[in-house]
Amino acid sequence: MGRSARIVAAAFVAFGVSSAAWADEKPVKIGVIASYSGPYADYGRQFDTGIALYLKEHDGKLAGRPVEIVRKDAPGAAPDLAKRLAQELVVKDKVNVFAGLDFSPNAFAVGAIAKEAKIPAIVMNASSSAITTNSPYVARVSFTVEQVSDPMARWAAKQGIKKVYTVVADYGPGKDSETAFEKAFVAAGGTIVGKVRTPLSNPDFSAYVQRIKDEKPEAVFFFFPSGVLPPAFLKTAAERGLQEAGIKLIATGEATDDSYLAATGDVALGLITSHHYSRVHESEKNKAFFAAAKALAGNDLVPSYFAVAAYDGMAALDLALRKTGGDLDGAKIMEALKGLAFESPRGPIEIDAETRDIVQTVYIRRTERVNGELANVEFDRFDRVRDPGKP
Amino acid sequence: MTILFDGIASGMLLFLISSGLSVTLGLMGIINLAHGAFAMLGGYVCVVALDRYGIPFPVAVLMATLSAAAAGVALERLVYRRLYGAGQLDQVLFSIGLIFVSMALARWLFGPQPQPIRLPGWLQGQVQLPWIEIGVYRAFLIVLGLVVAVTLHRAVGVTRFGARLRAAVDRPAVARGLGIDVDRVFVVAFAIGSALAGLGGAVGVELLGLDPSFPLRYLVYFLIVVVVGGSGSFEGSLVASVLIGIFDVAGKYYVPQVGSFIIYTVMVVMLIVRPQGLFGRPSP
Repeated sequence: MGRSARIVAAAFVAFGVSSAAWADEKPVKIGVIASYSGPYADYGRQFDTGIALYLKEHDGKLAGRPVEIVRKDAPGAAPDLAKRLAQELVVKDKVNVFAGLDFSPNAFAVGAIAKEAKIPAIVMNASSSAITTNSPYVARVSFTVEQVSDPMARWAAKQGIKKVYTVVADYGPGKDSETAFEKAFVAAGGTIVGKVRTPLSNPDFSAYVQRIKDEKPEAVFFFFPSGVLPPAFLKTAAERGLQEAGIKLIATGEATDDSYLAATGDVALGLITSHHYSRVHESEKNKAFFAAAKALAGNDLVPSYFAVAAYDGMAALDLALRKTGGDLDGAKIMEALKGLAFESPRGPIEIDAETRDIVQTVYIRRTERVNGELANVEFDRFDRVRDPGKP
Repeated sequence: MTILFDGIASGMLLFLISSGLSVTLGLMGIINLAHGAFAMLGGYVCVVALDRYGIPFPVAVLMATLSAAAAGVALERLVYRRLYGAGQLDQVLFSIGLIFVSMALARWLFGPQPQPIRLPGWLQGQVQLPWIEIGVYRAFLIVLGLVVAVTLHRAVGVTRFGARLRAAVDRPAVARGLGIDVDRVFVVAFAIGSALAGLGGAVGVELLGLDPSFPLRYLVYFLIVVVVGGSGSFEGSLVASVLIGIFDVAGKYYVPQVGSFIIYTVMVVMLIVRPQGLFGRPSP
């Protein structure tokens, strides 16, 4: 309760000041659709943190206009609900922009409404490749699963690794990751010696891991949604001594999500992952961002790539509105969003002029202990990575 | 060999968690879908005791068992007892509701993130024997599972309490007439069921993980064990768990592409062959 009250209070202070000075200026209305209740309620809090922080740093204004945020709760993957909420936001609240969107099915649903109502939607997390292709009124500031899986394959090939076994969770993003990794790895001259998709509610990885060990690949690439599965897999891998058997473990950043890393524990040490954001990313901007976001979020929430994307989403909207001169017309905002390039806490990012999808640096990181806490330390990078799912 | 061993261990864990359900659902006839909630309680108690207070693992597991039993008694007295005569649909709706309440509570108290567990050193690692590698933790699961199985079998099959329980379930009116305190027997039985759930939840955290969605995620597994084993039969639950564990692990090892479906196939085949379950009594 405490931290959300604090975020709201911070936002209110910002809004209060602005509405006094610009009483006659019409506010920019932003409808945020995200999980605010249920198992994924932290996603909504992460978004709120990023949004509130950007507004706090800019006197509660975007391009000189006051801002009004309307939050709608669509917990988990609930496309029908997200669609209805989006319609409500259009008809009742008359929002100028959609934002948030943590789950891909919800983003697809809202994208359709955005297209119909000609209202821009800024995707702050949903990472399925086709979301931006399906609706011309969608721009993405987060990442795609393919975008972070592909560099891992190229990095592995660069290290001279020839044979990789892939393990992914059996659901949409898992398949996307598997495909992207395989395509890039085979293109770089490697071979996939085996691949397996495990059920999402898998209680025991021992059989899979034993199989991998007996198969003797040079490395195993895995993709699981952040949460329970990565630590379970890592524990089994440690118990069976995969590293000792000379099998490298590589994964995408979901395995070492900043908000779960402490709970994952020492089994994550030494794991190589690829992702677009680490809380210990070396830059002045990130240091300032992380400290301020942490203060805003409170003790029990570690600002993660969700908060960064929300912060960047507001930055993108701010820049776009400056380009339109404060004009809130949907088509004009969309036009202004295309081709934007600016500095994010994660490094330089762009919104591709053609696909409206994000172009960014993907980092290769190793899990290490930094000042007593586990962190993803970046040591290699791939610049200006596009979503490989796009033609 | 390693595969067989892993399969047995995995099955034993299933048995540890599900055996409580064969008491409440199998013996007492309550459709207690909220079984996983008691297991989750055990898990959280164990993790908190270990991590926050540094209590030794065996004591933490005991605490988990006892607190699940206590929660079982409280809930039995307050709500479950009203459902003994109720229809099955009422019981299903009620216990599903209880699952959601427990998930919300867990999220409120501990947050949505998975909880880490640090097993003591003596449970970690692998022992290399000439022909097999044995994970110490898995060996511990097998031993514990056997101990629980034998104890339960004796407690229900041989002791006076067991006889009373069976009498109270089958013919409550007659049992009452014979001077058996049916209410008390039911409380104790329910507490045992919950305690077993708490025990399984506590020792299972290492393999199953622990977060607020635990009771729903593993519900299917608990039910499969009881269904395949035959309701009210511990031998059935034990054999079913071990069979499922072995098929599951072997399936995932030899045919990883379809591995996760194997246990459902096993279940379907078993139910076709023996609809009343492995050791179940034919329904009257």
